[in-house]
Amino acid sequence: MKLKSLLATAAMTLGLATTGYAEDKTKVGFVYVGPVGDGGWTYEHDQGRKAVVAEFGDKVETVYVENVAEGPDSERVMTQMALDGADLIFTTSFGYMDPTINVAKKFPNVKFEHATGYKRADNVSTYSARFYEGRAVQGTIAGHMTKTNTIGYIGSFPIPEVIRGINSAYIHAKKVNPDVEFKIVWAFTWFDPAKEADAAKVLIEQGADVILQHTDSTAPQAAAQAAGNVVTFGQASDMAEYGPFPRVSSIIDDWAPYYIARTQAVIDGTWSSVDTWDGIGAGMVGIGEISDAVPADVKAEALALKEALASGEYHAFTGPLNKQDGSAWLADGETADDGTLAGMTFYVEGLDGDIPQ
Amino acid sequence: MIRLEKRQQPSRAWSLATPLVAVMATMVMGGLLFAALGKPPIEAIRTIFWEPLFGEFSFYYRPQLLIKGAPLVLIAIGLSLGFKAGIWNIGAEGQYIIGALSGAGVGLAFYPLEAWYVFPLMVLVGALGGWLWAMIPAVLKTKFDTNEILVSLMLVYVAEQLLASMSLGLLKNPQGYGFPGSRNLQQYDSAHNAELIAGTGLHLGVVAALIAVIFAYILLNRHMLGFHIRLTGQAPRAARFAGVNPTRLVLFCLGMSGALAGLAGLFEVSGPAGVVSIDFNVGYGFTAIIVAFLGRLHPVGILLAGALMALTYIGGDIAQSKLGLPSAAIQVFQGMLLFFLLAFDLLTNFRIRFGTPETA
Repeated sequence: MKLKSLLATAAMTLGLATTGYAEDKTKVGFVYVGPVGDGGWTYEHDQGRKAVVAEFGDKVETVYVENVAEGPDSERVMTQMALDGADLIFTTSFGYMDPTINVAKKFPNVKFEHATGYKRADNVSTYSARFYEGRAVQGTIAGHMTKTNTIGYIGSFPIPEVIRGINSAYIHAKKVNPDVEFKIVWAFTWFDPAKEADAAKVLIEQGADVILQHTDSTAPQAAAQAAGNVVTFGQASDMAEYGPFPRVSSIIDDWAPYYIARTQAVIDGTWSSVDTWDGIGAGMVGIGEISDAVPADVKAEALALKEALASGEYHAFTGPLNKQDGSAWLADGETADDGTLAGMTFYVEGLDGDIPQ
Repeated sequence: MIRLEKRQQPSRAWSLATPLVAVMATMVMGGLLFAALGKPPIEAIRTIFWEPLFGEFSFYYRPQLLIKGAPLVLIAIGLSLGFKAGIWNIGAEGQYIIGALSGAGVGLAFYPLEAWYVFPLMVLVGALGGWLWAMIPAVLKTKFDTNEILVSLMLVYVAEQLLASMSLGLLKNPQGYGFPGSRNLQQYDSAHNAELIAGTGLHLGVVAALIAVIFAYILLNRHMLGFHIRLTGQAPRAARFAGVNPTRLVLFCLGMSGALAGLAGLFEVSGPAGVVSIDFNVGYGFTAIIVAFLGRLHPVGILLAGALMALTYIGGDIAQSKLGLPSAAIQVFQGMLLFFLLAFDLLTNFRIRFGTPETA
């Protein structure tokens, strides 16, 4: 374990060496999986970083590395940030989970924050957004807006996060429009404009006049715009440049409040390892402005739902709900527990098709 | 007037100097690029090339060079054999994926059994997986005369789909709460390709890369098969007269490069990466093509070129973090390297003449 002791020594020396200096400047690192200009996932994390800079000014120094592959490369980038004296490091992709834990072991004095994972340690927190709450609002609007009763959905990877979103959107679309059907295409990518555009075109050809996406580029928006009569929603980021039509609303990740709070905690010395899963209520999930292309009564209904979700008065997964195979899941009035939601690998009743394996 | 005149013999001096000149030109143009982006050019170049080797934290980065460079060298050595003979395997990325999948699959199948034979078996199956994946373009080429460039490249995308399917299905960690990705082989001792000496970055993949360099050197310089490979590349007609069997050569070159790429994938998945995940492959198979050419298809050259590429990756990440350089600028920088190499390569076979040609 020579490396570990070496690194630990280095980290400690650094810790000692930078204590005096760290008092006036806290160094915060960000590891991004995509380019900061993706207009979606990484873009919003970088907006969060900029908010930290705006909030603390000279008291913090932020550094970031973009396009970091999951695996050994991410481990190296994190180690490098820690060696260079970072006090707090946000690792913003699920695939950084094991690398984050590995590096955190070597640098006990550096705090780590891993997005969307489930492994924690004394110096590793996890955080994620209840994106499915936004999907409920989106599903409500989509159910009203579709004329063909066919809603297309571009899935990225069949993981719980994405499946949760499909279920939530479907449940709420179905609620306002019992005839609605979902067509789901798996793109097997988070960000690939060409593939996303193809997926959107396929769905439009199959009669979908509303496209929901769980991928990060604006390519589906462009495809919908070209088709002319297809409704879309911004994903992860507002994508307002495609409003007021085809983009009629959006779900926005807003990491700024969380990043500011966690940086503050490090500055104050009150940071501790936590598991955060916040939604509309805490401001981590935002609903982008609903454009005038949406009828006023639909807009009002969507906003009312948003309020109910924010206040906690309504849960997006409230029974009675059955699983796709018809087996009972939630009884009338029962709400889903976080454990089931976190590991969701099944469709709810009414959705067609299989989740790819 | 400037014109090009073909040399009667390729210039040995230029052949050796080209990589160096290309690196220098890349530094100059890269510096200009960084300056145009408003970053200090000398500082940026120094961060990329100097920091990982001799900087404050070189004790950490030097081992990382081995980890990053080993798969590049291992794959590039295999590719160079085919490239020398004019057999173009562009699909090493796919063979790398399949090698990792089949090797890791064997390891995961034995979990949690601790036994000495698990890892050797994984290595064997990993190489076999890569070999089989490369045999598809090889057999199609020899039987139906298909284009191995296209077939091998297309199979990369097939391999990527297989990888996604495996990460989400068959090889998914049953204790992973439904998230994609396999168990971490780093936490399974019998299947872990650990560092031989902790802290040095020296894992079995690095050893395999070094052995591959030595064997490739011997093969190309001391063995009849190596002579046939070189002859086929330089003079296909002469090779046929010399009794070279083109079918056997295609099978050997593609198979060998596939097996080595498969090995690289296996050593990566069982060591530095640890898990089979959807985004397991990060482009080593494609970068290795650059490494092979940068190294002049010569085993020792490839070793140096692999180290250089690894350096630009590691230094590039440091420059991003320290100087705020965008990753696209680093990629342009790496692209320049190949571009300048190809451009200066011209001077190996041509000489520049000033003035009008003398009338003959």
